[in-house]
Amino acid sequence: MIVKLGVAIVVLLALAASVFLSTSLMIELPEPKITRLGTAAIGGPFTLVATNGETVSDKTFRGKWVLIYFGYTYCPDACPTALNSMSVALEKLGSQANDLQPLFITVDPNRDTRETMAKYLTAFDSRIIGLTGTKEQIDSVIKEYRLYVSRDKPERGGDDYLITHSSYIYLMGPQGRFANVIHAEELGDEIALRLRKEMADAGR
Amino acid sequence: MKRVSYQVAVVLLAFGIGGASQAQTPAANSIVVEQPWARATPPGAKTGAAYLTVMNNGATPDRLLGATTPLADKVEFHKETEESGVSRMREVPSVEVQPGAKVTFKPGEMHMMMVGLKQPLKEGQNLPLTLQFEKAGNVAVTASIGNVGAMKHGNMGAMPPGSSMGK
Repeated sequence: MIVKLGVAIVVLLALAASVFLSTSLMIELPEPKITRLGTAAIGGPFTLVATNGETVSDKTFRGKWVLIYFGYTYCPDACPTALNSMSVALEKLGSQANDLQPLFITVDPNRDTRETMAKYLTAFDSRIIGLTGTKEQIDSVIKEYRLYVSRDKPERGGDDYLITHSSYIYLMGPQGRFANVIHAEELGDEIALRLRKEMADAGR
Repeated sequence: MKRVSYQVAVVLLAFGIGGASQAQTPAANSIVVEQPWARATPPGAKTGAAYLTVMNNGATPDRLLGATTPLADKVEFHKETEESGVSRMREVPSVEVQPGAKVTFKPGEMHMMMVGLKQPLKEGQNLPLTLQFEKAGNVAVTASIGNVGAMKHGNMGAMPPGSSMGK
């Protein structure tokens, strides 16, 4: 595990230099539960727009834990699974969910307008706030969160393209620092347990 | 309890004229499709996902070549692979089913992606799907539509609609 972590760090350092040169970023994240990167490694300032038109920055939710899922509404399998599991987790957390702000940030600002996201999110827990932005704004968040995002070339032309993206849900602490990642295919109950533990550990 | 939703028998009848000669295909009744289901789509979604299990009870391999539904422009087979925390969705042109084997489309692994939905998929309604097999020919099934986050046939593991606590 130590070797693996060492390799991950080397990879991170090496890639940090080339990050701005490439259009898609490939950064390896640690295994959930087992290791953590330095808290400075993931996250940072951003400015996006919420589905209600309000400008939202990384500072907007200071004081709350922030749970972020990156996805896109054109994705029929992984994204509804993750958003539904987050919804279930919020239910399970009960009043503890008040200390948490769930976000759905699109990696596909081209197709995911505020209106598209607002409609889409009505199928999930209403506490999840959808965020979009300009391509530059979204690309900046993608870099800061060290997401792997690759917008596959539309072979058939038009708007029909898939996006390959990291399959983690990010948990940021109340001070805005990276806390941990949760695998996006965890079921809601499991996500709730993880969140409880993270929040309890931090309070100790 | 498991239930065979659609025991697919001879499907070549669907071809009408010309079916007589194709009906000799020995694999015609070898393909069984179990528990076809789909997820309800969030409002405005342009894509949807359907899942099912294909069993080949015949003696020779068969191949799922494609699928169609009147509710979408096209249906693609997508397989998810994951490496280093990155999930990659790949389109699979066709899916082979060996004799005695089963292939299951399920969330997080493989799904039928419906592209260009003509109407939202609503929970409780049905989705007609026609599967095209290399040997068994066309197999028509009806997928039941579960809720938006359903993880399997019959809605299990999903959040009941309207259970959100609100803002």
